[in-house]
This record gives sequence, C-alpha cells and structure tokens, in this order.
Amino acid sequence: MSNLPGSDVEAVVADAHRRGWALVLAATARVARDLDLAEDCVQEAYAAALATWSRDGIPGNPIGWLTTTARRRAIDVVRREHVFRSKLPLLMEPEEMDKVVMVEPMEADPRESKDSVPDERLRLIFLCCHPALAQEAQLALTLRLVCGLSTRDIARVFLVSESTMAARLTRAKRKISTARIPYRVPRADQLPDRLRGVLGVIHLLFTTGHTAPSGGSLMRVDLMDQALHLARMLRRLMPDEREVWGLLALLLVTDARRSTRSDDRGRLLRLREQDRSQWDRAAIAEAGALIVDGLRGGRPGRYVLQAAIASLYAEAPTYEQTDWTQIVELYDALLSVWPSSVVALNRSVALAETSGPLVALAEIEQLELDGELDGYQYLPAVKAELLHRLGRCADAAAAYARAIELTENEVEREFLAERLEEVT
Amino acid sequence: MAQYAILIYADDSAHSADATPEELEVHDRHGRELEESGAMVAAFALQPKAMATSIRGDVMTDGPFVDAKEVVAGFCVIDAPDLDAALEIAAKNPATQLGGGVEVRPVAGGFVRPSQVG
Repeated sequence: MSNLPGSDVEAVVADAHRRGWALVLAATARVARDLDLAEDCVQEAYAAALATWSRDGIPGNPIGWLTTTARRRAIDVVRREHVFRSKLPLLMEPEEMDKVVMVEPMEADPRESKDSVPDERLRLIFLCCHPALAQEAQLALTLRLVCGLSTRDIARVFLVSESTMAARLTRAKRKISTARIPYRVPRADQLPDRLRGVLGVIHLLFTTGHTAPSGGSLMRVDLMDQALHLARMLRRLMPDEREVWGLLALLLVTDARRSTRSDDRGRLLRLREQDRSQWDRAAIAEAGALIVDGLRGGRPGRYVLQAAIASLYAEAPTYEQTDWTQIVELYDALLSVWPSSVVALNRSVALAETSGPLVALAEIEQLELDGELDGYQYLPAVKAELLHRLGRCADAAAAYARAIELTENEVEREFLAERLEEVT
Repeated sequence: MAQYAILIYADDSAHSADATPEELEVHDRHGRELEESGAMVAAFALQPKAMATSIRGDVMTDGPFVDAKEVVAGFCVIDAPDLDAALEIAAKNPATQLGGGVEVRPVAGGFVRPSQVG
C-alpha cells in the first residue's frame, strides 16, 4: 500500500461512509450496548480512517477496518467505565450479552461478515422503525443511525432547526433505553406488521424527497437516494420478502423519471409532457424483473401492486398507448389489499382514460362526500383537470383555485396557477 | 426484567354498583390470566368516575382530573423483559376491545405496603 493523495482517501472514506455506516454502527452497538457511545466510536473511527489511511495507505477491506476500530474503541470505553455505565443500556437478548463479554475485536471470524453482521443491520433498522416511536422520530433515527446522516443534514431536509432535530433524536434514544425497546429482529408472528412499518418509513422518506412538502425545489434528491439505498439494503437483508421487492421496484420506477419531472426552468411537467427518451431504462427494467417475481406466488401486497402500476405507466411508449385497462384492474386489486381514498383518487385518473372524464368525475364527487381527503390538494387538482376536459371552465377554475390554496410546494403551485390561467 | 404500568382507559370504570358478574367476568378473567402467568405485580380496579374528586392548586372539583371522553378506569403493574413483551400483555386487556384502550409506561420506582398485597 502506498501513500495516496488526500482527495483519493477522502473519496474512499466517503464511499465507506455511504456503503458501510449501518454495518459499522450496528456491529459497534452490539459491543457498546449504548447508541450514543456506538455513534461516538463510529464517528471517531471514520475520522481516524482519514488520518491513518492517508499515512499508511488504504486497507484491503476498509469497512472491516472501520468496524474493528470502532468496536475496539467501544470495548475500551465499556471496560474503563464498566462500573459507571449502568445508564441507558441498549437492550439485548441475555445470551448475546455473554457473547459481548467474550468477543475479541480482532477476531477474523468468516461467519461474521456473511451471516451475523447483516443481521445486526436488520436489528438496527427494526429498532429505528419501532412503532412505539413517533413516525417523525422513526424517520430521523433511520437517517441518523442507518444512513449516517449528520443531525444538521437531517434538520435541513425536514426544515427544522438543528437543535430541534438534536432534541428529537435524543428523546427517541432515551425512550429506546428507558422503555426498553429491544434491539432485535421481531418474531415471525410479529414480522409482517413490523416490516410494514419499516417499508412505510422508507417509502415516506422517498416521497418526502420526491415532492418536498414545502419550499422551492420540487425534489430533495438526498432523501430519495437514501431511501433507495435503504430499500436495496433491506432487499439484501431480507431476500425472500416480496413486499421488499415491491418497494424497491416502486422506488426504482418512480426515480427513473426523476430528471424529466420538471423542465429547464424548474417547472413541473405532466406525465404526458415528459420526455420518455430520458427515462432511466435500466432502472425500469430492474424494477420490471422484481415486479414479475413479486406478482408470482399468492396474492401480491400493496407495494408490489403499486410498483406494477407505476411500471405500466413507465413502460408505455407514449402516454396515449398506456395500458389503462390493466392499470384500472391493478388499482382494483390494490384497493382490496389497501383500502385508501388516495388510491381511489389515483384510480379515477386511470378510469378517466378507460371510461371517460364524466365517470371519473362521479367517483371523485363520491370521494369528496366521504370527506377523508379534505385538505388533500391533489383531489381538487384532479377534479379541475376533469372539469376542464368536460368544458366546464368556471367549475374547473374554482377547483384549481382550491388546489392552489392547499398546495405548499411552490413548483406545484406555479403549475396549478398556469392551468388556472388556461381555463379563465 | 423491568416493570411497566398499564393504565386502563375506558368511558368509565366497569366496576359500577350495578355491574353484573357477567359484565365483570371478562376483566376478571384477564386479571386471573395475568396472575397465573406470573407477570402481574399489582392491579387495581377503580370505582366509577362519578366517585372521583380532583384537586388543582387550592381548588377542589367533583370528577376526574382531566375532562376527557375516557378516564383511567384502573391500572396494573407488570414484570416484562422488554417493551415488546409488555405491549403484548397490554394489548390483551379487554379495554382495548371495548372502545377504550391502555397506556403502557415504564415504572421509575414505587412502593406497595407488603400487607396490602394479596
């Protein structure tokens, strides 16, 4: 190993951070038995890597080096402070505590990297997404502990101050130790429910990035990338879960259109206006393969069906050639596993293409009566477009105005304002 | 092991003066199950909310402290290895299926006079 320019080492450390943080932290949390201590040790290991690798060269297995370094630091602290560290321990199964005592930081156990380490990451993910934590805490903890984002970056993506986010993370970690939320993968009988929670967090991170709830830019690319990274990690960790394939496929196929969702000036483009030649065909194909597998073997779940719908939109050569009939059928299947007014609203968009805008409008008026989507800006937006197509311009204008009132994203608001101008 | 309090919320206590044995049976059965499992540390059923008196500062009022649709109808303290285990026990409380629910809180400390138990 030879000395390398600092920028190369920085790039390797950055890559090890992106790919390896969760693994290093999860392995360190097991010996530290305290999330704050584990975070500190992992942070220090990455800092040490920069200095040591610049001097001695980059090790053959950077993530292994980081894990060993962080775990060794944690073991040192635990031994030194053994008597004092009865505060806020991370809860583990009794037999594992024995293992912790015996574990040697340098041991090169080949099973370590193949079996038990990925399992540790899974524990970390299930810990962060535990339903006893508020969802905003789940999102923040996942970004901090699994993705390794700094508190400042997490605060920035959720548009809160750094001190607010730090307090949110501290409170969540305190609840984990005080209420004894266990650091383990749920039992088989609890797994489907808990996995749904994990998938929900990853999906919410992606959608938060996809349409930032407020502010000037349409997407927050960081969050979408982190969500994709998480979905890929989960697929490696739980290779047999069809809903995990479904979520990954849904994110891939949605993300494939990322570059075409707005024009050069940042204006929102509708599906029929987007340049299909710019869509990421490789991502759409990867999603397609996952969906084909996901639809096999029993009733498909929510994410597989959502991915299948998104993929039909993406695979059509033109907007007009979209297979609307099959999309409506998939929406019917989706409604049966996930009865949701939002799904019903999206179905009505496809229904307008198979059965005409009048039929779709009737569905939307029924949804309005149900009242569940009060305050949801996409309902008046869809309704306005249907009214426009039916030539009812005054009604369309009123609906566009209502949608503008409810929208906080500036790019979307500008788009709606232009539509409003068309009908007035 | 840790201790958790399970606070039971309902429209009112099931233990009113005119409650029938049939009405109480579901609660009693749950209590017996907990006792037999060895998880139960202490359990108390309360009289209806109309029997409550509240004090805030120097002011005394007739009724529960918080004016809400549901009131604390009783509580118990259980032993459980972790929150998941405590939640599993708490979810079996009949109140969760009778329009009310439960709140699970880790216990910070407590005291029961030994002669009062049992």
